Amino acid sequence: MAGIPSDTLPGRLEKIRDEDFGYDQARHLLLRAGFGGTPQQIRTLAGWGVERAVDHLLEVERIPYEATPDQSFDRDIVRPFSDAERRAYRQAQRRGDEDTLARLRLTRQQMQRQDRRQIGAVQRWWLERMIETPRPLEEKMTLFWHGHFATSYRKVEDSFHMFQQNELFRAHALGNFGDLLFRIIRDPAMIRYLDNQASSAQSPNENLARELMELFSLGEGNYSERDIKEGARALTGYTYADDQFYFNAENHDRGGKRILGARGNLDGDGFVSAILGERNCADFIAGKLYGFFALHPEDQTATDEIGEAAARARRQLAAELLRARYDLRPVLRTLFTSGHFYHPDVVGRRIKSPIELVVGAIRTLNAPARDLGVLIEATALMGQQVMLPPSVAGWDGGRSWINTSTLFVRQNTMNFLLTGKLPAGYDALAEVATFDPWPLIEPLSELDPASVRDPEKVSDFLLRFTLGQSPQPARDALLAFAGEHDNAVTPDLVTGMLVLISAMPEYQLT
Amino acid sequence: MCGKHHDTPSTPAPRSALHLNPSEAGAYTRREFLGGSLLFASAAISVPAFMQRSALALPTAAGGLSSIPGAPEDRVLVVIQLGGGNDGLNTVVPYGFDEYYRARPGIGVSEEQALKLGRGASDPIGLHPALEGVKSLFDEGYCSIVQGVGYPNPNRSHFTSMDIWQTADLSGTGDGWLGRFMDSECCGFGNGANGQAPADTQTTNHPPISLGREAPVALQGRRVKPVSFETPDLFRWTGGDIHPSLERPYQQITDNGKPDQDNPVAAFLTRTALDARVSSEQIRRAVSLQPLVRYPQSQLSRQLQMVAGMVRAGMKTRVYYVTHGGFDTHAGQGGANGRHANLLRQFASAVRAFYDDLKAQGNEGRVLTMSFSEFGRRVGQNDSGGTDHGTAAPMMLFGPMVNAGAINRHPSMRDLDDGDLKYTTDFRSIYAGVLGDWMGVEPASVLGGKFRKARVVTA
Repeated sequence: MAGIPSDTLPGRLEKIRDEDFGYDQARHLLLRAGFGGTPQQIRTLAGWGVERAVDHLLEVERIPYEATPDQSFDRDIVRPFSDAERRAYRQAQRRGDEDTLARLRLTRQQMQRQDRRQIGAVQRWWLERMIETPRPLEEKMTLFWHGHFATSYRKVEDSFHMFQQNELFRAHALGNFGDLLFRIIRDPAMIRYLDNQASSAQSPNENLARELMELFSLGEGNYSERDIKEGARALTGYTYADDQFYFNAENHDRGGKRILGARGNLDGDGFVSAILGERNCADFIAGKLYGFFALHPEDQTATDEIGEAAARARRQLAAELLRARYDLRPVLRTLFTSGHFYHPDVVGRRIKSPIELVVGAIRTLNAPARDLGVLIEATALMGQQVMLPPSVAGWDGGRSWINTSTLFVRQNTMNFLLTGKLPAGYDALAEVATFDPWPLIEPLSELDPASVRDPEKVSDFLLRFTLGQSPQPARDALLAFAGEHDNAVTPDLVTGMLVLISAMPEYQLT
Repeated sequence: MCGKHHDTPSTPAPRSALHLNPSEAGAYTRREFLGGSLLFASAAISVPAFMQRSALALPTAAGGLSSIPGAPEDRVLVVIQLGGGNDGLNTVVPYGFDEYYRARPGIGVSEEQALKLGRGASDPIGLHPALEGVKSLFDEGYCSIVQGVGYPNPNRSHFTSMDIWQTADLSGTGDGWLGRFMDSECCGFGNGANGQAPADTQTTNHPPISLGREAPVALQGRRVKPVSFETPDLFRWTGGDIHPSLERPYQQITDNGKPDQDNPVAAFLTRTALDARVSSEQIRRAVSLQPLVRYPQSQLSRQLQMVAGMVRAGMKTRVYYVTHGGFDTHAGQGGANGRHANLLRQFASAVRAFYDDLKAQGNEGRVLTMSFSEFGRRVGQNDSGGTDHGTAAPMMLFGPMVNAGAINRHPSMRDLDDGDLKYTTDFRSIYAGVLGDWMGVEPASVLGGKFRKARVVTA
């Protein structure tokens, strides 16, 4: 990387020197703190300098963007049996009235089918938002929280609740972690997903209490089994009705409890407060943020030096988080403006998640999105279907994204985006939106109009833009391809080069 | 979900609000733009396939297959999923019970039609007449039928019950049971190791292969992810379809990629890319071989033919997964003939051809096949000439290594649970038998609990 001495990774997060923040750093910032930028956007941010660039990404409220109205989705598709229906069902069961039973079951099935259609619409809506948003970090953090507080439609089976939860993550995307934690124990989708809806003083369910500490706030080993039991009691009666949180006082255990460092007649808020009072909580959240934006956990141990530097960086972020009373922005600002974040041991070391790959390709290359449903399916085949994380632990990420199978899907999805070549069975949808690669190489011509006709300059420019570097074998392959087409730089040739670049292993990195 | 997005019109292709409007990009002249070679003029016309979860990690020349001490590595398990809830009572017919005929006046299979399994008066059962292929395997000692398989508090939702079978967990959550098996093979889960995969796991391990659009939950491990493709033709990089001149530089990229010593993640990707290309060719070659026997025409049959081809080519894959759907026969399922009979005939003739092929190859002793369905159906037929979701049902296993014959007695036709059969064998004890006696692992470490091993494999 130009301008940065490739010494060992510093553990201390100190602001990068102004003269070290250029095109490559702005490119990296846009990729990690968003979904990547076009060459023009990269140049704009590079021109602003690191502080203004980071502010631009963090202070999302300054950029107007319409919220999605609640009415965009039907909240009434899923509803419990009405009293009359329940009576009819029980009566039919007693009488062995198979007809009525079958009719009632059919109604349920139709409702579920309709709701499965709506969750598809919710998925497409979010994907579109990630592609469109002028506030990329807001959506990136929403994606972070979706993986952190992983909740799956497969069990929730209520698309409107999934939508509501997604909006909750967006509202608190760059806000305060504590606020979010107080909200998540009141979130209908989460309550359903972790079985708290019927938890009562007589039979408390421990699922939510356990995951609240293990996966959402403290990490394994930082609480006792007793904390789980007492925490579960604190959460009894936390349920929902009519798409809203509902505190069922009758089911709530009012007795005295001792959770972590707190004691008293603790309810859910008391439980969350006790959690937020733990140093481990800040350590855990800072570690998750560092793992998401900087080095994936499995790469933090690449060498001893990297391991130590990463540990130090995480500690500094945790201290910052405590100082800011769990406000997220100061922590992210420290990370995104640090020299550490732009060090060669951090840049280009992450495997793109499927969402990052797809959304990033559309945003950076200015490719047509073509068909959102096909793209949702493609990301699912790559192992990441939003609204359907594999478990409460979310997606592992890192190397687990990649095997020979998912690599082909990634490459072929890029072929689809760049050329519109459709998969089998989708012919009816063939939308012949053409991809125009020319604006991408436009910045080249500003310096020297002749350079856009020079395959070498075009290759180097595209490689630096897409891969952050221009490795010799990649360059050779692109030039050989250009040679086969008389070295005439046409839009098609540029598209062909991008097809090849997106098939390079390095394209999977960010 | 599940591949149905395209049934609703999708939103028009969005553009980033931050994007430049291409028409504002004045950097190129109109002549330059129109002067494009139209290299890809035909690209928008669909050429099959882009999103197949394809490929598979085969050992590369340098990969060096790591051997697991004590595990019989050449043993293969093929799972056939009968989707929709196969009617067990019309698969293994309890012709000796009046209750059966009383409950199924329109769809019952008569004693004369049933292919008797020779259990005599104490357990008078026979196969549906469409299952001739299964009957012949049964007579040769190649088939084991376990009766009354189910689990406690049966769930009647297709989704949930399928998840329960696939995760071997009664809550239906968590990783797939075969995924956990693969994890334990590759990363030492449950064997006291730390559960971390070695950095190059993907190149020394052979993920399970599913032949279908979606890989089933059963094959999803924490570390090991399945490979899946519908047809081998879709199982490759599709860039060459866009323009042939892209093929050579693509090969150049994947073959000449030098693992970057300074960037272990890049090195991992470079190795995987090479694996992908090599294994794609290998699989397509394996599957394009002319099979040694004639297979009937059906989707299941084509899938099993591909599996046989891969086994024959010496691939190291240990778990294959195929599916045969359409068993949700709520209406007009028919009796000895009809819809359900056709499904059973396709199943039986495909399995028969599969073992004929394996025998001709000399590989039959390496391949155990197990079929299952998420639930059986209710004892009584409904008013539409079909059956609704039920509970326990028989399970079948095939291959010369099976404990041949009918295992257990038919579940009671009299002692019902609200019109449903009561299960007598927990399906997880069959998994335990397969894992312990065939795949060579400690079942408890994979199943997360101790289950009596059903004696389904004698090898």
